[in-house]
Amino acid sequence: MSGAVVDPRLSPARAAPKKGLSLSWSDPRFRNIVWQVLILGTITAIVWYLVQNTSRNLAARRIATGFAFLGRTAGIPIGESLIDYDPAINTYGRALLIGLLNTLKVAVVGVVLATIWGTVLGVARLSKNWLISRLAAVYVEVIRDVPLLLQLLFWYLVLQGLPAPRNSFHPLPGVFLSNRGIKFPVVEWEGPFWWALGALALGILGTMAWSRTAARQQEATGVRPKVWPVALGLLVGFPLLVWGALGAPFAVEMPALRGFNFTGGATVSPEYAALTLGLVVYTASYIAEIVRSGILAVPTGQWEAGGAIGLRSSTVLRKIVLPQALRVIIPPMTSQYLNLTKNSSLAVAIGYQDVVSIASTTLNQTGQAIEGIAAIMVVYLAISLSISFLMNWYNARIALVER
Amino acid sequence: MSHSTTRTTAALGEAAHDPVPAIAGIPAAPIAAERARPAAGPFAPVAWARANLFNGWLSTAVTLALIYFIARWAIGFFDWAVLHAVWSVPQTDAGPDPSACRDAKGVGACWAMIGDKYRFILFGRYAYEEQWRPAIVIALFIGLYAISAMRRFWRKELLLIWIVALTAIGVLMWGGVGGLAFVPQDSWGGLPITLILSTFGLAFAFPLAVVVALGRRSTELPAVRMLCVLYVELIRGVPLITLLFMASVMFPLFMPEGFNPDKLLRAQVAIILFAGAYLAEVVRGGLQALPKGQYEAADALGLSYWKKTGLIILPQALRLVIPPLVNTFIGFFKDTSLVLIIGIFDLLLAGKVAITDPVWQAYSTELYLVLAVVYFAFCYVMSRYSRGLEQEFRRTARR
Amino acid sequence: MKRITSLGALLLGAGLAFSPPAAAQDSGSATINTIKSRGQLVCGVSTGVAGFSLADSKGVTQGIDADTCRAVAAAILGDANKVRFVPTTTTNRFTALQSGELDLLVRSTTWTLGREGNLGLLFAGVNFYDGTGFLVKSAAGVKSVKDLDGATICVQPGTSTELAIADYFRLNKLKFTPVLIQDLAEIQNTYLAGRCDSYSTDASGLAAFRFQQGPKAGEHVLLPEIISKEPLGMMVRKGDDKFFDLVRWTLFAMIQAEESGVSSKNIDEMLKSTNPDVRRLVGTEGDLGKALGVDNRWAVNVIKGIGNYGEMWDRTVAPLGIPRGINNLWNKGGLHYPPPIR
Repeated sequence: MSGAVVDPRLSPARAAPKKGLSLSWSDPRFRNIVWQVLILGTITAIVWYLVQNTSRNLAARRIATGFAFLGRTAGIPIGESLIDYDPAINTYGRALLIGLLNTLKVAVVGVVLATIWGTVLGVARLSKNWLISRLAAVYVEVIRDVPLLLQLLFWYLVLQGLPAPRNSFHPLPGVFLSNRGIKFPVVEWEGPFWWALGALALGILGTMAWSRTAARQQEATGVRPKVWPVALGLLVGFPLLVWGALGAPFAVEMPALRGFNFTGGATVSPEYAALTLGLVVYTASYIAEIVRSGILAVPTGQWEAGGAIGLRSSTVLRKIVLPQALRVIIPPMTSQYLNLTKNSSLAVAIGYQDVVSIASTTLNQTGQAIEGIAAIMVVYLAISLSISFLMNWYNARIALVER
Repeated sequence: MSHSTTRTTAALGEAAHDPVPAIAGIPAAPIAAERARPAAGPFAPVAWARANLFNGWLSTAVTLALIYFIARWAIGFFDWAVLHAVWSVPQTDAGPDPSACRDAKGVGACWAMIGDKYRFILFGRYAYEEQWRPAIVIALFIGLYAISAMRRFWRKELLLIWIVALTAIGVLMWGGVGGLAFVPQDSWGGLPITLILSTFGLAFAFPLAVVVALGRRSTELPAVRMLCVLYVELIRGVPLITLLFMASVMFPLFMPEGFNPDKLLRAQVAIILFAGAYLAEVVRGGLQALPKGQYEAADALGLSYWKKTGLIILPQALRLVIPPLVNTFIGFFKDTSLVLIIGIFDLLLAGKVAITDPVWQAYSTELYLVLAVVYFAFCYVMSRYSRGLEQEFRRTARR
Repeated sequence: MKRITSLGALLLGAGLAFSPPAAAQDSGSATINTIKSRGQLVCGVSTGVAGFSLADSKGVTQGIDADTCRAVAAAILGDANKVRFVPTTTTNRFTALQSGELDLLVRSTTWTLGREGNLGLLFAGVNFYDGTGFLVKSAAGVKSVKDLDGATICVQPGTSTELAIADYFRLNKLKFTPVLIQDLAEIQNTYLAGRCDSYSTDASGLAAFRFQQGPKAGEHVLLPEIISKEPLGMMVRKGDDKFFDLVRWTLFAMIQAEESGVSSKNIDEMLKSTNPDVRRLVGTEGDLGKALGVDNRWAVNVIKGIGNYGEMWDRTVAPLGIPRGINNLWNKGGLHYPPPIR
């Protein structure tokens, strides 16, 4: 990027004949080195000064330092976690790990849903129906111009307006909607399910191999063998067969109202639901615009040309339009995914226990502010870097190959 | 020349939404322009409706369903917000008597809560008798935005206007001179805090951003470039909340003993650092979008780096980045609401504290609606403006 | 800081030698000196808890915590209004005091060994005796905390309540699901909306909250168990004993005033009192104020500005329907027992 503009003085045509670095102020290279040393020196000095202050302050105020607290029993209760947790036994370290998992749970689900909803909106904005396109436009405008925090508080308020467990909505057998969240039945997980899952993984690999073979055959003979029957067999039939061979165990755990709350089944808590809903609704308004401009960026001539060489419209979309649109869409989309992840830190305002919320409770109970914040920063930097890395890899894969 | 300028805008478009689409919006081409206008005539509306609402049975079904839902919702909302709403409640010696609101709960809105608390929501804990001062400050901010938006004022004098206005705002808020009573920062609150945090944030982050953007593009100072990259990526990699937490609980530990900058100031510094990183990317987009010929021409004239940058590059690049800059500003404006989490009385927290009052505890919906309208009003006007400007730039570039 | 103190000592010495009035300029405490030169006490309170510190419609902070701050300001500066209130959250309250941003923290904070040991801070007294309680909806038919097995409980994170509940439920082999929200208004609304079966915090807060529901107060019941001791008090930094003394004795003076029947209404008559206890309190006898590093009439300023402890209670907490209970004077069955002022 920075290479886009090259100082002509440095271009080979005009470069001065190579000579040693002269210690004179008129030599630009010498000047540059002096400047850099000065700037770096100043910054190092400032950092050194701050570190000195901090260690003096910590000592003077008798505040404990170090990460030893991670190994101490936490004692803080945690509302929802993906792994087992007992405040009496488990440590602050595990509490923070739960926070991290909770953050990831919101981020992953949020990214998927926001992409779907944003794409729907983006397409709706291009609809020929005036009402649909106007509605989508109004949605985008309104949602973007109101702070996310306010929206989260609002969604949380809405979800709390649901009826109490006793009078909960009961749209499907085993599904309950109340102000305690959404309850739904889960299949009791047993050994054969793992085997079926393994079979599914094999099936995916098989399908990928077959579709590659099909593509090669198409190139050679011009006729593409059918892919979907094989895919169906490998992705659905094979895992079912494995599961059936192992006795086909199937038991559903139904939620039931017992005492105060539902027991059994799985729960989506109102905090999680409000946070995910808020993030999806908000981020989708940005994704919609990205998708829209991505689609508009592909000239209509591409559709027409695809049709002219006799391709079906679904093939044109898949093979011609989408790859081009994606090239425009992916980079800004990456930033939206990063934003969604970073914005999930607002969980702290509505009581979802993400990594920021647990770290802030931890730093409050232990008094160790620096360590707590350092933990948050490391987590987010790691997440940001992995998302950037993944999306860059994907972007490079779909990038135009220039021959 | 005309060819290269066209490329400029195209490149800027990309560069601008690549680094900060979070805040910078994608230029929105008006939908209406793409649609063929119906032929004028006595039956134009009918023809238009047939073309745009009822072409085909699916479209008709969707239109009718949408009209039904919108109408139902609108009527319900009207009933709640206007027809059955409680606009005021009687005042008693013990304060307002909310029984009318309590009776209307669930049926009608309780705007009486806003009527009782609007001054607290707008101005927070600012001394009650002196609240005309933050009111003027709000007006000053709006005036400042309006003047900055007018292209006829895009001259060097604008900088002067900003300095004068921001100074006046400081004097009005603090007081302590010319017979104005001193009001410490801790008791500032409400909308002025939101405006101050975002506007001062922009004013101070902007120069920082220009320096960082130049540093990041420097080919001759690799160490400086690394430093700038590190700063930008580090700040953009973490949520604003982390920086605010840092400002709130960590920053005091960094400072020498006895030096305790105020919490508001610390939050302001965090927002400036945050804004600086995002703005730097916006400015870098502008620098990148400038045609190479401009750099070469400046070099051909034998200008030094600073002359080249100050006279040729920056004036053009900064002009180009105004639309994404406004979008970034909208982002900060919304993001200042996060200071609620560290207990600074911005508009949102002032509102939330207002409903902590036992009398008004159950009326969050009304409060959130009013706050949303305030935020929306500011952001909508700004985003409209930036979009208009963007289109204008594109038009002039095509010419 | 050290240099200022020694300079102060020097000045004090010089003052004692030459002119007695000048001696009053220095208190021997860096914090008091700072407050005097600033002309203001900087006091950390909460962002809004009814009865403790809550800004009214005019933005004036009201409550027992706010008034405790005002009393200290009156003792040092002679004017109860020379206070700057800094709203703090549960997260940043301790750092704000540690860093010197605040002179004093009165934010319904529980006095615990852990806090005093780890944070470099000191509790200067208890302005409110409290304990963790549970509020439930009467319709739920719950009679005791033991009935709350499997319940969802709303609680603020980062508080001692949070830890107390976790301990109590484990000890009694009960299970609960916490809903943890930092913001007070948010968590109360969450409980009201029915997200939680119970709302737990200091019993005073629960009583106040229940009272605020007005006609609907009957829909909520405070469970009989108080599962922890929560003495709420004023905090100062370690290392300034003089300031610590002053804060501590300001509160004692207010309690003693109530015990001796001195109030803001009769304070002027009391200045002529012949009762030696009262005379020492109002500074007409002895040099007790000077010993604290302030004016001898410090307690008069406190009582004129804020009133005695009972008056403060009646103005701030009583309207919320909180019974005086253990916060009564020791001779009326409570825990407030001021050491003799002599």
